[in-house]
Amino acid sequence: MKLALFADIHSNLEAITACLGHAKLLGADRYAFLGDLVGYGADPVAVLELIEEYANNGAVVVLGNHDAAVLGRPVEAMNVNAKASTLWTRGQIGKRQRAFLESLPLTVVGEDMLFVHASASTPENWTYVTGSAEAERSIAAGNARFVFAGHVHEQKLYFIGTGGRPMPFVPVPGVPIPTARCRQWLAIVGSAGQPRDGNNAACYALLDLERERLTFFRVLYDHGSAARKIRAAGLPERLALRLERGA
Amino acid sequence: MTTLGPGSEIDGFLLGERIHTGSMASVYRLMGPRGQLPLIMKIPRLGPGERAVNVIGFEVCRMVLGALAQSTHHPTLVAYGDVETTPYLVMEYVQGARLGDRVERGPLPAEEVVHLGSALALALHDLHRQDVIHLDLKPTNVLYRVNGEAVLIDFGLAHHRHYPDLLAEELRFPVGNWVYMSPEQALGVRSDPRTDIYSLGGILYELATGRLPFGRPRSIAELRRRLYRDPVPPRALNSATPEWLQEIILRCLEADAGQRYASAEQVAFDLVHPSRVALTERASRTRAAGWWTHLRRRVQSTHFEPAPCPPPSRQLQAARIVVVALAPKETNEPLRAALRSAARDALAADPGCRIACVTVVPPAATLSGEGEEATATGRHVRRLVELRRWGKPLALPEERLTYHVLESEKPAEALIEYVKLNDVDQILIGASRGVAHAHLFAGVCNRIVAQAPCSVSVVRPRAE
Repeated sequence: MKLALFADIHSNLEAITACLGHAKLLGADRYAFLGDLVGYGADPVAVLELIEEYANNGAVVVLGNHDAAVLGRPVEAMNVNAKASTLWTRGQIGKRQRAFLESLPLTVVGEDMLFVHASASTPENWTYVTGSAEAERSIAAGNARFVFAGHVHEQKLYFIGTGGRPMPFVPVPGVPIPTARCRQWLAIVGSAGQPRDGNNAACYALLDLERERLTFFRVLYDHGSAARKIRAAGLPERLALRLERGA
Repeated sequence: MTTLGPGSEIDGFLLGERIHTGSMASVYRLMGPRGQLPLIMKIPRLGPGERAVNVIGFEVCRMVLGALAQSTHHPTLVAYGDVETTPYLVMEYVQGARLGDRVERGPLPAEEVVHLGSALALALHDLHRQDVIHLDLKPTNVLYRVNGEAVLIDFGLAHHRHYPDLLAEELRFPVGNWVYMSPEQALGVRSDPRTDIYSLGGILYELATGRLPFGRPRSIAELRRRLYRDPVPPRALNSATPEWLQEIILRCLEADAGQRYASAEQVAFDLVHPSRVALTERASRTRAAGWWTHLRRRVQSTHFEPAPCPPPSRQLQAARIVVVALAPKETNEPLRAALRSAARDALAADPGCRIACVTVVPPAATLSGEGEEATATGRHVRRLVELRRWGKPLALPEERLTYHVLESEKPAEALIEYVKLNDVDQILIGASRGVAHAHLFAGVCNRIVAQAPCSVSVVRPRAE
């Protein structure tokens, strides 16, 4: 059994298709989408239809802050590009996609796992897990062997050691990390649809449940097409550039 | 878990005699025909009253050994059990001499220190090249195979840059062997490969003098003394220690990692080329620094900042050894200039890079000339002078540019052997043009390109 984990897809159909294809080749048979399915990108309808299909087949899907904003959460606090794309997305999605977003929970608890978009400590506040202190709160609230999250767009793995404090680790793409049962882990799987670390390849992670190994991946995809669609839709230029540069 | 002993069976493995009982694990030979390789099983001491670091050590060992490429420098991991239920590691049983036994017989003659030390340094380099730092280098963790190769064992405290450092949090009490521990490791830094070079220095010191550089610290305060204190120079303890060996040992034992060798490969290189070791004040030291210097350093050490360190493998790329192969009596000036310019490029690209300028001459007995040219030493010196003339315009300090005249009937084989022995990263060689007096080098270039275990750049002057 292999669980593929995607976060911050941001209406990027090219990226999520490439990641899903990659995961499938490696034998993924379970899927989790960790929020921010929409926002920023130009393909909200196609992306939501795709993910809904996976949800109907048992995939875990949780709500992200951009998804909540599209559903009507106030956009005043958002930056100008996020706001513009949220308002645009509201006009694109139909009843069916809206209903799907409305059905999404903030967290999903699986056997020994917790899925959430931001920090598990207060999921509705969309707190960024950017350091050991927040990681500690999220892991404590998650109360599971694994907490899987997104929101922060860079891949990172926190692990609790005997000292009881989470230690951050920046994973090396493609290197399987043995995840011993005796530890707790918080994995931020990285953004599939809008990487921001200077590398424009899409991020995702794959957990091998039998061999107990977690691998973070970077997948090359057709970011040119995704950027072109953003420009064609009249969305802010910065959002297109960001996909091209990965920053 | 029930009591284990000879005859017990774990996951199909039949235990034989117990060959080691340590504070962290017990080691058993395995019985029965299970492949060609003689095997051992290492079982960590777990359960109430045992230290948590034992479990982590087991996890780390499994992670690091499992990730290492097959090599003669560490035991092969064959199988492992689950950490929750039946933790064990099944590994190759390495038959060989233990460095621990040799150390007890110290002080050893310099040749033996070189022999043991250079093999150990190369094993360490193999590890560093794969982004792994051992962090628990001590004589009991080093074995020697019959062919003289060193094998590093016990990776329970190691760090692999590709994996989370599970021991990083155990900072309060530095884990590892305090006797050989580097100052930065004593402060909790576990990411610098030069830490292993410090421990290597400690082992060389012990081999050469029969004493430990800083005794056996019993408290953190005693451990931290190495931040500001020098060890007694080896020559003060064993006057038979050559100056060059003292230079190498004390350079490995520098408190500031930036002052040590940049790679274990360079330590091995210096050990086997004593005449190429650039002697500094370290070589002639007769006693440790005085109390005033220690006091000053002690005050400074309260602000001790470990030297910045890039990932091990990247750092090694920045400490490459480049061989420039020159034909004896190479008089083609444009070619010599082109080789020099290629060497400059290598140096400019990498400030830690070393150049070894090498030529090969036939053994004296096969010479058929007359006069001074025919006497072995005279000829050797002439070739050295030629090499020096080539290298002088590079204006490099002695430790970054060395000259070597090899003797062999077969120049290509000799060069390749040299490259293997010294773990050379790149060869620069002039394109051979069948120059009459360089007949010995004709065809050498092709053979080297075909057979050398590293990159080869064939240099040709533009005008040709």
